[in-house]
Amino acid sequence: MMLSLVPLLPLLAAIVAGTVGLKRPALAHTVTSGAVGFAMVAALIVSARVIGGEPMQVSWYDWAFIQGYTMHVGLWLDGLSALMISVVTFVSFLVHIYAIGYMKGDPGYGRFFAYISFFTFGMLMLVLADGFVQLFFGWEAVGLASYLLIGFWYTRPSATAAGLKAFLVNRVGDMGFLLGIAMLFTYAGSLRYSEVFARAAMLAETSVGFWGMHGSVLTLSCLLLFVGAMGKSAQLPLQVWLPDSMEGPTPISALIHAATMVTAGIFMVARLSPLFELSPVALTVVLLIGTLTAFLMGLVGVVQTDIKRVIAYSTLSQLGYMTAALGASAYSVAIFHLATHAFFKALLFLAAGSVIMAMHHEQDMRRMGGLRRLMPITFWTSLCGALALIGFPGFSGFFSKDAILEAVAESHLPGAGFAWLLLLLSVFVTGLYTFRLIFMVFFGELRQQDPGKDHHEHGDHGIHHHAPSESPMVVWLPLVVLAIPSVLAGFLLWRPLGLGEWLRGVVVTHEGSEHAQGAVAFALHGLWSPAIYLAMAGAAAAWYAYVANPSLPERLRQRMMGVWRILINQYGFEALYSRYATAAARGLGLVLWRVVDAGVVDGLVVGGTVGTMGRMGRLLKRLQSGYLYHYAFAMIVAVVLLVTWLDWGGR
Amino acid sequence: MLLSALLWWPILGGVVMLLMGERSMGRPVAVAVAALELVLALLLVAGFEPGRSGYQFMEHIGWLPMLHADYVLGVDGLAVAMIFLTSLITLPALLCGWDAITQRRNQYMAAFLMMTGIMNGVFAALDGLLFYLLWEATLLPMFMIVGIWGGPRRVYATLKFFLFTFLGSVLMLVAVAYLRLNTGSFDLMAWQEAALTRQQQIWIFLAFLAAFAVKIPMIPVHTWLPDAHVEAPTGGSVILAAIMLKLGGYGLVRWALPVAPAGAAAMAEAVIVLSLLAIVYVGFVALMQLDMKKLVAYSSIAHMGFVTLGLFLPFVLARGADPLAQSTVAVQGAMVQMISHGFISAALFLCVGVLYDRLHTREIAAYGGVVNAMPVFGALFVFFAMANCGLPGTSGFVGELLVILGAMGANTGIAALAALTLILGASYSLWLVKRVVFGALPDGHPVAGLVDINRREAALLGVMGVAVLVVGLWPQPLIHLMSGTAQQLVLTAQMVRG
Repeated sequence: MMLSLVPLLPLLAAIVAGTVGLKRPALAHTVTSGAVGFAMVAALIVSARVIGGEPMQVSWYDWAFIQGYTMHVGLWLDGLSALMISVVTFVSFLVHIYAIGYMKGDPGYGRFFAYISFFTFGMLMLVLADGFVQLFFGWEAVGLASYLLIGFWYTRPSATAAGLKAFLVNRVGDMGFLLGIAMLFTYAGSLRYSEVFARAAMLAETSVGFWGMHGSVLTLSCLLLFVGAMGKSAQLPLQVWLPDSMEGPTPISALIHAATMVTAGIFMVARLSPLFELSPVALTVVLLIGTLTAFLMGLVGVVQTDIKRVIAYSTLSQLGYMTAALGASAYSVAIFHLATHAFFKALLFLAAGSVIMAMHHEQDMRRMGGLRRLMPITFWTSLCGALALIGFPGFSGFFSKDAILEAVAESHLPGAGFAWLLLLLSVFVTGLYTFRLIFMVFFGELRQQDPGKDHHEHGDHGIHHHAPSESPMVVWLPLVVLAIPSVLAGFLLWRPLGLGEWLRGVVVTHEGSEHAQGAVAFALHGLWSPAIYLAMAGAAAAWYAYVANPSLPERLRQRMMGVWRILINQYGFEALYSRYATAAARGLGLVLWRVVDAGVVDGLVVGGTVGTMGRMGRLLKRLQSGYLYHYAFAMIVAVVLLVTWLDWGGR
Repeated sequence: MLLSALLWWPILGGVVMLLMGERSMGRPVAVAVAALELVLALLLVAGFEPGRSGYQFMEHIGWLPMLHADYVLGVDGLAVAMIFLTSLITLPALLCGWDAITQRRNQYMAAFLMMTGIMNGVFAALDGLLFYLLWEATLLPMFMIVGIWGGPRRVYATLKFFLFTFLGSVLMLVAVAYLRLNTGSFDLMAWQEAALTRQQQIWIFLAFLAAFAVKIPMIPVHTWLPDAHVEAPTGGSVILAAIMLKLGGYGLVRWALPVAPAGAAAMAEAVIVLSLLAIVYVGFVALMQLDMKKLVAYSSIAHMGFVTLGLFLPFVLARGADPLAQSTVAVQGAMVQMISHGFISAALFLCVGVLYDRLHTREIAAYGGVVNAMPVFGALFVFFAMANCGLPGTSGFVGELLVILGAMGANTGIAALAALTLILGASYSLWLVKRVVFGALPDGHPVAGLVDINRREAALLGVMGVAVLVVGLWPQPLIHLMSGTAQQLVLTAQMVRG
């Protein structure tokens, strides 16, 4: 009962806010924040009951029942979903509070709260699913919410384009995902997790051919399912939508495009670990895709100048880490990083939003600087988030990222050594782009009135003269609240997630591996790993280039123009999709329509009878002058003639 | 008697409307007739027992004894669902012309009412001759609706429509006559039991398919549909998309497949290829349309591809844990898709009609930023577009999901091509939304002067929206209703496959 309230409260609140709340801002934010707050409390209570105990199940109804196949709607709560609903409702609640300040005065205020509550509902349905149909429902529901929120400011062409792009790129992933589900349905004969898992070994032994290739059903299914994860969790080569999603309001960047929705792919693979674990081929693909994403997208983050885009690329990179952990069969560790990342990345995004508000919707870091003194709370909380992100010893990211590196080091998959090296290098890159952001925004002098640059399109003219100042309490309070787990979560969740105690029996865990030690021991051990020194080297490099020697980055850019171009263009992915792929689709559509449909079909099939049509046309014109009676009469005559003819013919 | 009432009551109402001339009471009378028809349809749904095999509500009256043609009506689950859909859709089709139709208003309403009765008759007829006559009779009101109240190129569109359907129907007539000569009866049951050779069945199947493929419409006989839609008044488009296209799919289930199963089996692969072509090829064509109605019309063709695909999967489905059950899933998907598309396409054409009534153009480029002026309408438009691209929770998802699940049992490639609709459907639907609904609205732009939907329009779209959500969130009652039909079809396919 209480479990059912967790997704239903946000849904009801979304309906209220989306109808009567549209014109009543106070009602909209009270209802939605209250509902999500209650949902959070309920989620924490039921999670406490489930973690370390028996899973909980609530059956809602049979969505469809066909010949023994049941597609069921209900909730399934075990350690994994308990952790997910706790994180989702917690972050969502804080984002609701924060948005009360951030979205103040926006004409779409009520609509915004309806959307984010609906999103929360969709995400909760996704993680609480007990079968594939409901998983897909939640999967698409969060996609819809993301589409609506990215395009929230619908009068901006860039925002609606970004929303459309996000939805379509995700749909490419969804297509693979759905095919994976269909493959499992065909051979396992069920859409329930438990029943499919029970047949996993059988699936691994069944062979299936596809376009000339042969493989096990299990491997093909896992690869197809992972395509879905690549869409939602923005892994190469389907990562292009995530940076553009920054067109949406900042609170949703924190909630959806950092802390929750993009982790759906990670969650899904962890949830389906009994399947993935049996397919080394699929795991290798997962590991390599994750590693490449972590490294390549981190590098792109170094050249970005928009504060939100830096964090977006950081998200891509960190999702790559989680994916790599999945590939190394360290499912619990991936979820561990998912949880710590949710806290510190939501924190960084909300802090960025606080900065953007103070800067009157300026997002270009080149025009910021020196905000450390003007916005002390935002600065200190951002620093917490940054240290957690780079994996500074003791901070949450340190534990989860080191655990990932260890897991990859222990992996025996082909390419694991390469992956480990690249992930280690990425730690340096993470330090670099993170502290580049911190130094550019909070250190040095304010460069807001940069001459020769025109005002940002969203700039509120006339308010520019006010110096930036600390944001109101509804905005900074969530920062402080998020800073606490950003620092402590790694230490606290080490045993449950780093060692997988909460997820035992839920995901595949490797008992008795060598890092089965306490958090303190692990931390001390981590001091000897190269990772933290690389992270600090990255931060130091950022300090050298942006504080000690500020002219260096521009000189480097001039010197290495070629490299810079490759990075700023995202290795050409962007152009490949938005320029060539869409043009090809449109061209194909045009040719099929104008040439095949209108030319061949109409030209040959219909055109041959144009003469007839002309004559018929004249006849019809004459008929048209009459009234309906005439037609009715003609119809009766026709029927009589027909019957007579048949009668005659039948004899 | 209920089926006869469903067939004749609206026709009677239509005749009365015609006799009324152009008196002012026409509109309320028409709505009252349609409302009672809906009540009758509800009685039918309530009285139908889904678990029982065979036809229910049977009526058997001697008609033309010399011909051995009888007046036989009866329904199974699919027919009940289709009759309910028809009777429901009639109301919005009438109401959307409330203000827009100014000339010969009562005749317009009468044409729609007669149309409803005739189509309900098509769904209930179990006698070959009766079926054929009613089948042909549906065309007359539709020709009039397009030809009289249509747009500037209505003559061309009506002729094209006529040409395609006539050629198809003539072949079906040949098949009907052949079966009558062969079995000595027009009775569907007798036709099913007739001992026909495989060769005979192939020809009979092809003749039926000619008529049904035009209606569905299947590639390559689909080009009449966009033109007919563009010229038809909104109500005509609603009926055309929501019901008339379903006559083809229904005809396959009721007549072509049971009478000539061996022929269907022989042609199944060809039909599946054409279905996939419809989904993929027409998806691309829809993307590039400049006229909103044409876009929705092409999208209809692509969605009908799922109907034909699902119906013929039982003939090829062979792998997996339980091919027989999986075949049933595919057939259920095809049938749910028929109902769902009835709601979604009707709603989309109503949406286009709402805009057309205000700005008198359907050109996509003439719009933009509609949501600024019409927020309620904008929200509904986005909702139906999402249903059109098969978002879970809407009815559009159910059919597509079930057919794709079924298709995987036949072949990974078939499933993959069908699943392309996830991308294509979203592309054309949401690109349309982006260009029409979203965007800024400069001062003085014609769209800025639009007023949001009135209560009548909100009620029409609201009812469609509720239907889309109910079927999407809880399809089980609909699936249960049609389960007998699906099982029967799978058994038929199983028998010819041996």
